[in-house]
Amino acid sequence: MTTRLPTPTPDRTALVGADDGADLLRARRAVSAARLRRGGRATAVSLVLAVAVVLVLGVSLSLGEFPIPLPDVAASLVGLADPATEFVVRDLRLPRALVGVLVGVALGLSGGLFQSVVRNPLASPDIIGITSGASASAVFGMVVLGLGGVAVSVSALAGAMLTALAIYLLAWRRGVSGYRLVLVGIGAAAILNSAVSYLMTRSRVDTAQQALAWMTGSLNARTWDHLVPLVIGMAVLLPLVVAFSRPLRALQLGDDAATSLGVGVERARLGLVLVAVALAGLATAAAGPVAFVAFLSAPIARRLTRGAGLALLPSALVGALVVVLGDLAGQHLVSGAQFPVGVVTGAVGAPYLLWLLAVSNRVGRGG
Amino acid sequence: MTDRHTLRAEDLRLGYGNREVVRGLSVDIPPGRVTVIVGANACGKSTLLRGLARLLPPSEGAVLLDGRDINSLPTKAVATVLGLLPQTPTAPEGIRVADLVGRGRYPHQGWFRQWNRGDDEAVAEALLATGTLDLASRPVDELSGGQRQRVWIAMALAQRTDLLLLDEPTTYLDINHQVEVLDLLTDLNRRRGSTVVLVLHDLNLACRYADHLIAMKDGLIVAQGAPGEVVTEDVVADVFGMASRVVPDPVSGTPLIVPIGRHHVAHAHPVPVGGDRTTGLSG
Repeated sequence: MTTRLPTPTPDRTALVGADDGADLLRARRAVSAARLRRGGRATAVSLVLAVAVVLVLGVSLSLGEFPIPLPDVAASLVGLADPATEFVVRDLRLPRALVGVLVGVALGLSGGLFQSVVRNPLASPDIIGITSGASASAVFGMVVLGLGGVAVSVSALAGAMLTALAIYLLAWRRGVSGYRLVLVGIGAAAILNSAVSYLMTRSRVDTAQQALAWMTGSLNARTWDHLVPLVIGMAVLLPLVVAFSRPLRALQLGDDAATSLGVGVERARLGLVLVAVALAGLATAAAGPVAFVAFLSAPIARRLTRGAGLALLPSALVGALVVVLGDLAGQHLVSGAQFPVGVVTGAVGAPYLLWLLAVSNRVGRGG
Repeated sequence: MTDRHTLRAEDLRLGYGNREVVRGLSVDIPPGRVTVIVGANACGKSTLLRGLARLLPPSEGAVLLDGRDINSLPTKAVATVLGLLPQTPTAPEGIRVADLVGRGRYPHQGWFRQWNRGDDEAVAEALLATGTLDLASRPVDELSGGQRQRVWIAMALAQRTDLLLLDEPTTYLDINHQVEVLDLLTDLNRRRGSTVVLVLHDLNLACRYADHLIAMKDGLIVAQGAPGEVVTEDVVADVFGMASRVVPDPVSGTPLIVPIGRHHVAHAHPVPVGGDRTTGLSG
């Protein structure tokens, strides 16, 4: 009844017929052109963001109790200004500004990686408890162990790692799925935040004040001593981000599709999570938990690049811009009062979180 | 690469946790043919497909790609030979069609082999073959179900594997789009000689498009072979627990299964198998 087909001969050259050669050529040109256009947009967005970061950086170096005109700022950076100006710019203001940039880059990347790995816009380290873990550990260090300075930072980093490990293990059930990770993370954040509150009530007023300042996320009094470990950490982590971004592109399509494309899913995911946690921990260790930067950066970057893939570089630059701009606004926007950068980013980020939750529930996606 | 790649399962057992779904079956996927796996819901057909594509490690037995255990081969090397389109892949928010299709090139790239003309050509060919070239710069979120499915198939095609496994690629599609997708896969098979393995729900389309049909029940293979030889009223009764007439499809000559329910039966027919819930209301 059936007509058995003759086994076809393999013809690897074309799925479309030979007479479609011209079509194929045209199609390839169209595909190349579309790819270059998208790449062009991503590059343009990154350039504009980079220029904006440099500009804001310049302004923040020039403003302060001792205002320095922009040309003098530039001159002092290359060592052509008078010693007093150079001291103010290079030793007082530059470390703070650069810590801001690197913290922003780290948070922007960390959020972008987390959100893509977990495939959920809520899954950024500041929402799922990673930075709460860092805070709890740092506050524990300050209040109970009486730590200060670099020791607090190390303790924050360790806290981030431990929290991430705990969340990962709790969310594990034959692999880790996005929703469970987010829910477990939110639960962990709640526990850790209450632990912080408890520690604060048990501590002396001055220690509590110090802990509170740290927990808001601040770039106050950052020196080269803060900057150096941050630079070393980033130098190690950035190549890893580049390495893991390739499998991440496949991982975004779902575990089954990624495995079919030849990605070792669990290993790639573990690597990505470790890198993202290290980035968040490093940033938190340097500046405290600067609210919502990780959560906001990647969505903003993706909106700017209009869906040009992962948009990790733009996310990093948006993160830097948000932190530097937030710090500038916190210092100079209201005359006579200085806010830590975390207050400013929190004020901007919280409405976005509410909007995201409202939209997610309405159309049944995301959260 | 003169010989086609072979895929077979030996005494394969697959499951999730303690629940065994595929219960010790052996199968040879005929190279260069279209194989369709059919069976009732929860018979293990999708699980078998996932096992064949190394998405689910066997609890016992093995899947052999070119005679070697697929789970011991480097996964990226396997991905250049064997591709699987899952039932519900996820499109990242805002991604555009050409970008998504381009992700099918992953196994062909590496540290020292970045995106090149060949990748563009594979993407272009996949878009052209699936009729999605005009959609290339549209966001995937904005497409209709049929368009989206064709885009996902384009991604699988861009991977350029000799073996292509697809888990229910026609689900949620209108009948015209179902036929379109199956025609497309047949083109792929005939023009390129690719081995295609499908899980399908629609028995009649399965009979029409399969060179080789595998019927499953309770995690085992009940019957396999050319649809004309395999599909009988008895086999349909066994696999689906449903009485039917099997007649030649007036279009293709392949078996056409005409179900017999309790209602709307014009002539006298044997008592429906497994349908002995028949009450006084029937007839």
